[in-house]
Amino acid sequence: MKAKNQRLILALLALAAVIGAGLLAVSGLKQEAAFFYAPGDVPKDDLPLDRAVRLGGMVKAGSIRHDADGVTLRFVVTDGKAEVPVTFKGIAPDLFKENSGVVAEGRFQADGRFIAANLLAKHDEKYMPPELAGKMHKTGSLKQ
Amino acid sequence: MIAELGLGVLWLAAGLAVLQAVLGGLALRFPDRPDLGQAVRPVAIAQGVLVSFAMLALIYLFLVSDMSVKLVVANSHSEKPWLYKFAGTWGNHEGSMLLWVAILAVAGSGIALLERRVRPDTLIATLMAQGFIALGFYAFLLFSSNPFERVSPAPQDGNGLNPLLQDPGLAFHPPTLYLGYVGMSVAFSFAVGALLTRDVGPAFARAMRPWVLGAWVFLTLGITAGSYWAYYELGWGGWWFWDPVENASLMPWLAATALLHSVTVLATRDSLRAWTVMLAVVAFSMSMVGTFLVRSGILTSVHAFAVDPERGSFILALLFIYVGAALTLFALRIGTVREGTQFEPVSREAALVLNNLFLTVILGVVLIGTLYPLIAQSMGQQISIGPPYFNPAAGSVALLLIIAMVAGPLMRWRRDGLAAVAKRMALPLALGLVVIVLIRLMAPQIGLLPWLGLSVAALAAAGSVAPLWKRNLRRTPLFTWGMVVAHLGVAIALAGMATDSAFMKEKLVALGEGEATQVGPFSVRLVDVTPVIGPNWTALQGRMSAQRGSGAAFELLPQARNYSSPPTDTSEAAISTLWNGQLYAVLGKANGDGRWQVRLWWKPWVTLIWLGGALIAFGGVLSLIGRLWRERGLATPESGNA
Repeated sequence: MKAKNQRLILALLALAAVIGAGLLAVSGLKQEAAFFYAPGDVPKDDLPLDRAVRLGGMVKAGSIRHDADGVTLRFVVTDGKAEVPVTFKGIAPDLFKENSGVVAEGRFQADGRFIAANLLAKHDEKYMPPELAGKMHKTGSLKQ
Repeated sequence: MIAELGLGVLWLAAGLAVLQAVLGGLALRFPDRPDLGQAVRPVAIAQGVLVSFAMLALIYLFLVSDMSVKLVVANSHSEKPWLYKFAGTWGNHEGSMLLWVAILAVAGSGIALLERRVRPDTLIATLMAQGFIALGFYAFLLFSSNPFERVSPAPQDGNGLNPLLQDPGLAFHPPTLYLGYVGMSVAFSFAVGALLTRDVGPAFARAMRPWVLGAWVFLTLGITAGSYWAYYELGWGGWWFWDPVENASLMPWLAATALLHSVTVLATRDSLRAWTVMLAVVAFSMSMVGTFLVRSGILTSVHAFAVDPERGSFILALLFIYVGAALTLFALRIGTVREGTQFEPVSREAALVLNNLFLTVILGVVLIGTLYPLIAQSMGQQISIGPPYFNPAAGSVALLLIIAMVAGPLMRWRRDGLAAVAKRMALPLALGLVVIVLIRLMAPQIGLLPWLGLSVAALAAAGSVAPLWKRNLRRTPLFTWGMVVAHLGVAIALAGMATDSAFMKEKLVALGEGEATQVGPFSVRLVDVTPVIGPNWTALQGRMSAQRGSGAAFELLPQARNYSSPPTDTSEAAISTLWNGQLYAVLGKANGDGRWQVRLWWKPWVTLIWLGGALIAFGGVLSLIGRLWRERGLATPESGNA
């Protein structure tokens, strides 16, 4: 192999690797990026059913219910504009409580319910999920 | 007094960094003035000594709980155990940046004292680059993150340390990762130095390699330890979350792994010159990106100490200046780097190129997945990227990488025959195929990635020891042993990951005292829940009795803790390690009706993940010792660039 050629081939391979990584990433991102919704942003007639999303807002006062199995929670997330009923099976974070911020990771069901696989509660001001802090500053519902 | 002394010494050290950079530059500009160059080494050594003194001063202030220092007030408390006072020195933004620059300067002293193999002008250029890097961080410390700032009047006591950080792991985890990051900066400085003096060749590669190896060992240890820490401290039962902070340490590791392999090609065969220099720039850039992601406060996590946009912008500016300057230098000088030695498409060099390509792809996928949410956020769209993206995208390429990892060491340098390589690969390949079929027959329910993962792990385990086949083991060089051990570690870690995700059993249930449940092969009974008191926390502790079949019962004691300063609740998982896996228990909330939420996992062979990680690091250590031993006679600077 000629000297010039080998260097050229290596450079082309490196370029191919970078482009390959980009293509792989873009195709993955198209399918798997989890969008963030406040209850008011959820398109009622076009629910994002095919992918995991994050739902953030306040836990509505008086909405937390425990099922008889002792590990399933039902509550309502609200942002003042709309409400979404959420079901969560698991150990809720310590700071999960009514009238407090929460981000639920999970999927919408066809009937508009949200099944959460994971809950992130507002820990304290420092460790709050930034998207939640942003949304809540916007709607003025963050009171410290 | 100590605080003022520490600050003064820090200013002095910063001054020496300026001197180091300027003297280095002048020495390169005026090669007929050897006295200029001779002054650079002592300056670098003095800088390291001074900044170590500043670091010690800060540690002292934390140990004696000097509440007139703002940083101590904000992050410590007089009633903390001494280990957390000590480790708390770097459990905050300012202290951790001081640790960064201290390690950097000490590494600079190390080069100045010990390095005799590269050409003298390359060494001076390297130290000059080190001076410039350090300078940015001194500016950052002195102008926006002064760790020695006083507070007046001094309060009675401090605010305490985030309870999640009150763990012996804190004493080791940040310094380990910083040693890795900073080692990358040394490799970067060498690359810049060699570019400046047109000295990219085997001598430069041999001088850079121990730093890359050392940094890589520390990164491996830091990632492995961080993974185990998250596993037992967070109580979520997972060992890797693709959290941006985890990715921040994984990306430099991926780049360092690629660099480690290409620097070996350069040192041994004098090929891949430009490539290796580029990788050194990329690896350091990833360390800077890591530092930026973790410390700027742009991410919300236990690592983001300060949510201060000014500091974030400062690190970002440093990142752009260093990486931009390095890339410019690369573009200007790469034409002068002569073509290295040729090799055939079937050769060990080619296999290592393949290794580098796969690692680059994984790095690209992780980098895009980590940065995309930040970019989207700045454009007003909020998304998050998690395991559904990373696992298939990075995992599939990683499996290909591991197959290449088996092939590489079985190939000859320069040229080899496909048939001969296939013959050497036959046994591992056959084993992998047998496992693929066996799993399909015996456990058809498991997912595609774990299934392939287990098969590739079997292939890699057999293939990684194959280089020792028919060799005199006593005469096998230590660095070959290092390679074998590290590659075996990869196979073992992969086996652990695949087994855990394929066969893990999880149970979430509410139990009253005396009630029992079943998870995997175990029956677990909640005996009682009682309050317990620790040094600076109170907790509810569940006593659980676990038993496999009719075997001996053992106890699990998970706690729900409540720390007093600052007031925080955390969950302490109870983990019982058995020979073939771990039983993991978390105590949740009281249910109001006398029952407690309990979460249990049976994780077969999960321990292999960290065992594999430790083996990878150990292999790196063996390799490092082997290389240093082999090259101890090559300490003649003029032998380079032949």
